[in-house]
Amino acid sequence: MSTAADSITTQEARYEYLLRLADDRLILGHRLSEWCGHGPILEEDIALANMALDYIGHAASLYEYAAEIEGKERHRDDLVYFRNDVEFKNLKLVELPRGDFGFTMARQFLFSAFSYFLYEQLCEVEDEQLGGMAQKHWKEIKYHLRHSREWVLRLGDGTKESHRRIQDAFNEIWTYTGEMFYQDLVDELLQDEKLATDLNNFKADWEELVTSTLEEATLEVPDFDQFMAEGSRKGLHTEHLGHLLAEMQHLRRSYPDADWQ
Amino acid sequence: MPTTKTTYRKEDIWNLLSEVMDPEIPVLSIIDLGIARDVTITDANKVLIRITPTYSGCPAMKAIEDDISNKLRLNGIQHFDIKKDFSETWTTDWIPEEAKQKLKEYGIAPPGKTDSSDDFLSSLRTSGRSVPCPYCDSNNTKIQSKFGSTACKAQYYCQSCDEPFEHFKCI
Repeated sequence: MSTAADSITTQEARYEYLLRLADDRLILGHRLSEWCGHGPILEEDIALANMALDYIGHAASLYEYAAEIEGKERHRDDLVYFRNDVEFKNLKLVELPRGDFGFTMARQFLFSAFSYFLYEQLCEVEDEQLGGMAQKHWKEIKYHLRHSREWVLRLGDGTKESHRRIQDAFNEIWTYTGEMFYQDLVDELLQDEKLATDLNNFKADWEELVTSTLEEATLEVPDFDQFMAEGSRKGLHTEHLGHLLAEMQHLRRSYPDADWQ
Repeated sequence: MPTTKTTYRKEDIWNLLSEVMDPEIPVLSIIDLGIARDVTITDANKVLIRITPTYSGCPAMKAIEDDISNKLRLNGIQHFDIKKDFSETWTTDWIPEEAKQKLKEYGIAPPGKTDSSDDFLSSLRTSGRSVPCPYCDSNNTKIQSKFGSTACKAQYYCQSCDEPFEHFKCI
């Protein structure tokens, strides 16, 4: 598709790329944090809050770097609290309401598996700062993948009820997985300069890990070639993102100069 | 008020940092944990300290920064800057043996050596290494939760002495 973005500069592309990475992590971190105090068991409540914390930590370093690249004297918090929904570039997958525990874990597994392969490659980009962050985050992502994969097995190969719920979750969420591998000029420009990774490099690996895990969990694997939602990397979202942002941003926007000190 | 010092050596600063304890694990200093990365003193006698978090979202970073500032000020050092470096890949392998022993005595099972084999995906299918109980050294322990009271710990239970305990996750 030919758009005005045809004339994007490397600096703009780098900013956009970091924003996409950061927004995914911030929004999923926020969704996970909604479980705090509501987890099905205490241990899982703690696990979900811990993962939320990891994601918000990842997002914080990515936003800080994005703001630096943008060079407009914005603080990372400005990017979090003073952008509107159409300016957020996260996947629809991560903004969907948390649903039941099965839905949360199905999404967590799919996203963690994607992040595992993505970050493995990001560790190698010719951008020292992003590569350094990726190495640190990758360790935590592995932990999330291990944890969420175990839950997919446990719920899928568990009781009739848990099996039904997590199967429903995968069926419902599937249409939102295609966007993970969406690429446009931003990616292509940076790939040429080795500042970004080609998502096609690991699409087959991701599908294989997802397929083998679902099969082991006695679940049916939905069709990878079915209709897939799109548009989120351009700012098109579900109605859910606006509600999430309203809650997340309202305090800061009501008191824009408030400080912890 | 302590008198303001204007000259100090690097070793003095490291000695002060060795007295700054981790707020979550008060038996270990920020040097034991590898949080304090390096100290430089500029020509203008300004102290620059670089710290890195154990986990990306570690909420104790602010407390650690404040503790370092207080420690320096109380010792008459006013001219300093603490830089947080989020890009360094922290690992439990930076914790020295003596510090691991202190963790054990405190009741937290210390981390083992990180697994250098790169085959993470096939390791998903195997269960992790057993973690010996810090109280009775039994290997008959069971993981209760992969996550614990802080980002760096997991919950275990000893089936020999019936004590629950925390394990410092190995990353």
